[in-house]
Formats: sequence, C-alpha cells, structure tokens
Amino acid sequence: MAKKAQSTLLNMFLSLTIIAVVAAGLLALMSYVTKEPIAKSEKAKTEKATKAVLPEFDDLKHQEVNGMKCHIAYKDNKPSSVAIESSSENGFGGHLEIMYGFDMGTGDITGYSVLKTSETPGLGAKADKWFQKDSKGCVIGKNPGTSNLKVKKDGGEVDAISGSTITSRAFCEALDAAYKTFEQIEKE
Amino acid sequence: MKATQIIKNGLIKENPTWVLILGMCPTLATTTSAINGMSMGLATTFVLMMSNIVISLLKSVIPDKVRIPAFIVVIATFVTVVQLVMQAYVPALYETLGLFIPLIVVNCIVLGRAEAFASKNNVWHSFLDGVFMGLGFTWALTLVGMVREMLGSGSAFGFKFINADADGMLLFILPPGGFLCLGLLMALINHLRKTK
Repeated sequence: MAKKAQSTLLNMFLSLTIIAVVAAGLLALMSYVTKEPIAKSEKAKTEKATKAVLPEFDDLKHQEVNGMKCHIAYKDNKPSSVAIESSSENGFGGHLEIMYGFDMGTGDITGYSVLKTSETPGLGAKADKWFQKDSKGCVIGKNPGTSNLKVKKDGGEVDAISGSTITSRAFCEALDAAYKTFEQIEKE
Repeated sequence: MKATQIIKNGLIKENPTWVLILGMCPTLATTTSAINGMSMGLATTFVLMMSNIVISLLKSVIPDKVRIPAFIVVIATFVTVVQLVMQAYVPALYETLGLFIPLIVVNCIVLGRAEAFASKNNVWHSFLDGVFMGLGFTWALTLVGMVREMLGSGSAFGFKFINADADGMLLFILPPGGFLCLGLLMALINHLRKTK
C-alpha cells in the first residue's frame, strides 16, 4: 500500500482543494447535460396540467400576473379560457400548489389540478379528486364571483373533505387568490 | 476477506437496516409504498457504490485530519448527480422522492461505509461492499414498503388487490405505521437470523 499522506497543512489544503475542484467540474458537466431534459419535463408537466383543467384549445400563451403563472388558452384565435397556478401556505402539510382553470367569458371554474402537495395521504391528499366533477365537494362549473366558495364550516357552500378541513380551507384560499388574479387578467 | 463474505455481510449479516440500524430517516420516510422504498434503496446503492470506489482510490492521498470533509464532498457530488438525472429522466419518481434524495448525503450508511470500509480496503472489495450494502438496504426498504403498502392502501407495487373504492388501513401509510412495521419486521428478521 502506498504511504499515507501526512496531515500537514499543505497536504490538507491541496487534497481538499483538488477534490472540491474536480467535484465542481463534474457537477457543472452534469448540470449542463441534464438542463434540457429537466426543462422539457417541467414543460410537459405544465402542459399536462393545463390540458386537464381547461376545455379544448388550439394555442397557449403564457404570462405572469400578480406573481402567478397564467396560461391563456386560445380557440379560433380568441382567448377562451385561462389556467392559473395558485398556491396556499396554509395546507396541513404547509405549501400547496394548485392550478385552476377559468372560462374567459363567464369566470366559471373549468377544472383544477393539484401540482404540489404534502398533505396527509388518505386524508388531505384526497384533494386531487374530492373537488372534481361528480364528487362530493364538486366546485367545477361554479363561479367564485357569484357563489360563496368557502367550506361550510366558514359559512360557504363547499363540502370539505371529511377529516381535512384545513386542506379544504387551503384549497378555497388558493382558489380565491386565483380568481382575484383572473379578474386582473380580464382588464388587461 | 473473501468476496462471498462481503456479499453475505451486506445482504444479511451486517445488513444496514436490520442489523446496523443505520439510515432510519429515509427508511421511515420513503417506505409508504414498495416502489418508493425500492427506488430510494437503488438511489442509495448507486451513491454507495460510487463513493466507495472513489474513496478507496483516494484513500492514500487524503490526509487523516481532513478525511471527513473530503468524504462528504465526494458523497454529495454523487448524490447531486443522482438528483439531476432523476429530475431529468424520471420526473414522476422525483416528485415523490425529491425531498429525500439530497438527504442521502447525510445518510449514515454512506459515510459509515466510507469510514469503516472503503478507507481501509482495496477498490474491488470496496466496490463489492458498496453494491451489496446498498442492495441490503434496498431489500429492507422494499420489504417495509411492501408491507406498509399492502396494509395501508391495499395494493402491492401499485396494483390494487382490494376494491378500488375501498381504503386500506391509513395508519400504516402514516408515520406511526412506519415505526410499527419497521420494529416488528426487525424483530422477526433478527429472530430468523439467530435461529438459523
């Protein structure tokens, strides 16, 4: 076996520096190689979510309003609906990210999709199905402008997920924030 | 030390989960399903293998006093590689495990094997040790994940075997169920190991 390097200041300095530099080089290379696929998969994820929350469309335009990402869908060259990425920090597991779709003309909710969640599996995590069409807490087709979309405990008309009022509240909060952004888009 | 002995050590005799009881944080956190447990195990295996090889190669040029920072830099590098590759090519998996991948850096098994094995043995043996310690970790996580998934969601490897609308015993997917399963399985496996 080769003689072990002594723990002199120079040795320690050199070995750590060289290891760190080589590691940094390798990581820079990896980051360069994976940059494109990562961007691609992020894009595919957004596209999949917009398709799920919006009715059929031909083209998508992206803009940022109120700090939220908005994807405006065009049909026959007219803006027909919009998907807004909203979030709430008040989920049971903290941060909750949901994309909501609104009809451009009426403001009715066309759909929603949970993008990021750390809610409890089996309880709050049911949010991805609970508020969909034909489910108990269905919000699809309702209009946040005319309906009071809060959970029943807070005097609204949304059926909260059983055992997960906090998640349901966060869902309504994110929905409310998304609708406020939606109103701002229309004016522009 | 013979190769067969290293293999046996990793898989059974010194299994990181059942015997050394190292790396309990990812074990409990990621075993909500068999697939998650297995993926976490395999990601750790890759890191273990690579870091063991590199540390074994570098052992004579790393001065003793700075060996821990040097090991951690090597380990962190490979963990970041795994993270980037996973994010790029298996985004669905990255969604569920994303949070725990960076934590492989501080997984005691990886640094433990670097310190206890790779820094004292040759490259070939360190490679074997990394792979089989990793696989030992993987089968343990897969087993815990499978038991929890079967009890908690009524499915195995994602295939549901109970009524589609029915829920499993939720407790087993939540953290308390993780502790219960891990403890009982650990007792069972150590019993089998000792009576053999």
